[in-house]
Amino acid sequence: MSFNVQQIRKDFPILDREVHPGVKVIYLDSTATSQKPESVIEAMNTFYRRSNANIHRGVHVLAEESTAMYEQARVKIAKFINAPSAHQIIYTRNTTESINLVAYTWARANLKSGDLIILTEMEHHSNLVPWHMLAAERGVRLEFIPVMDDGLLDLDVYRSLLFQGPKLVSFTHMSNVLGTINPAAEMIQMAHEAGALTVLDAAQSVPHLKVDVQKLDVDFMAFSAHKMCGPTGIGALYGKTTLLEAMPPFLGGGDMIKEVKLRSFKPTTIPSKFEAGTPAIAESVGFGAAVDYLSSIGMEEVSAHEHEMIEYALERLEEIPGLKIFGPTADKKGGVASFTFDGIHPHDVAQILDRHGIAVRAGHHCAQPLHEKFGITATTRASFYLYSTKDEVDKLVEGIYKVKKVFG
Amino acid sequence: MDDLYREVIIEHYKNPSYRGHLDPHDISFADNNPLCGDHIQIDLRVDKDGKVAEARFDGHGCAISQASADLLLESVIGKSLDEVKALNKQHILDLLGIDLGPVRLKCALLSLKVLKAGVYGLGEASDSLVE
Repeated sequence: MSFNVQQIRKDFPILDREVHPGVKVIYLDSTATSQKPESVIEAMNTFYRRSNANIHRGVHVLAEESTAMYEQARVKIAKFINAPSAHQIIYTRNTTESINLVAYTWARANLKSGDLIILTEMEHHSNLVPWHMLAAERGVRLEFIPVMDDGLLDLDVYRSLLFQGPKLVSFTHMSNVLGTINPAAEMIQMAHEAGALTVLDAAQSVPHLKVDVQKLDVDFMAFSAHKMCGPTGIGALYGKTTLLEAMPPFLGGGDMIKEVKLRSFKPTTIPSKFEAGTPAIAESVGFGAAVDYLSSIGMEEVSAHEHEMIEYALERLEEIPGLKIFGPTADKKGGVASFTFDGIHPHDVAQILDRHGIAVRAGHHCAQPLHEKFGITATTRASFYLYSTKDEVDKLVEGIYKVKKVFG
Repeated sequence: MDDLYREVIIEHYKNPSYRGHLDPHDISFADNNPLCGDHIQIDLRVDKDGKVAEARFDGHGCAISQASADLLLESVIGKSLDEVKALNKQHILDLLGIDLGPVRLKCALLSLKVLKAGVYGLGEASDSLVE
């Protein structure tokens, strides 16, 4: 099936929405959250209308059906990232919770004062603050791979940091601000050679690129459903089986136990060990439907389309006097264009664009240290997904000229 | 063309009358809007009757946050500190003459939050000051 963006747009009902009278939305904020296709919305709808029950232990038809759907979605997600088995997929609320899970269980069981964790300067707050909290509590040390002016990581500094014998390297696969796609396989291999484990923040990569955890040989990987056509409220942590099995549980409660006595408990096996309490069941069904949807189109096709989009967007945006784009050239990045414009505050840029139906994001995009690095407090960010069109890029460019007009 | 960016807002943003610092001052306070990095510092001089004699602000941020700071200071000259304490969200919306959604409201209210935290002599500016 060849990629047809107009056909794909028909799958997303929200793209027909008028946000102002006569003005249809131009959604350029998919890096924050993607829109949802009809098939995902319907899968969740149908689940609630036909199958809803709490999972596990119930023996009635609805409980059996719900449990099967919850577990089938896990199998689909595992397949999507080429995980060896479905029990290596732990459902969480989102990428943030997945990273916190590793920080609270593996890291607190294995790291002690003075141990080193390597992060990068381009991390989202979700891959910074859990480690800050651990550092404050345990006295682990944090070092950062610098971001160079071209938006790429300085791998020479990384190489020298590895000589300090880190226990963990945790980094983003794709920057949510610069769009930089980091050489994850190479960085993971380097970490392993230095004896460190790895966490990959794949919130921005799994939705946009073909990601294969076995090829990457990554130890832990975190991602969210809502950025990949799925619902909010559910994400996943992938981990290597031996690591997950050796880790203490995260939250305590129902479903994560083998047996409970009045004064003690035994945790059950993975993945349930990490899934205390009633989980996001309908959302898991939506997550599975999202993976089906993306698979039906093909991740290579999705990446190719986004690459075409970012190439075109950078070319058009660079024509605008006073506009400065951050991050690497199109061949090294995903569909993200963060920019400053003519000293006009990004909030004002975003607000005026909104008047023309153009939805972009303004601020530090939960990456404050990265913005400080570039000496700015905020950027305006336009981001693209499989439903984005060149026509929308043209409208964005027109919109930016209108911003200029308002501010004279 | 754009009611949110009325001429008065653009004018106060581009050519503020009250930008600067007062040294010495009787009251000085600064705070950020953590969502967007807007920053505002306000310095006041108070006369012997307890009224605002002079006021200046400095900082950076979007047009809404900076214009509202300028408009706010213009409006408090000659007011007693008790009158300043009584100012609320509506005062800012009246000055701007626009309606704002919840996100931009935070930008608009930053200056009032800073002003009131200074006047009350608080260690930290809280959102409850401008509700």
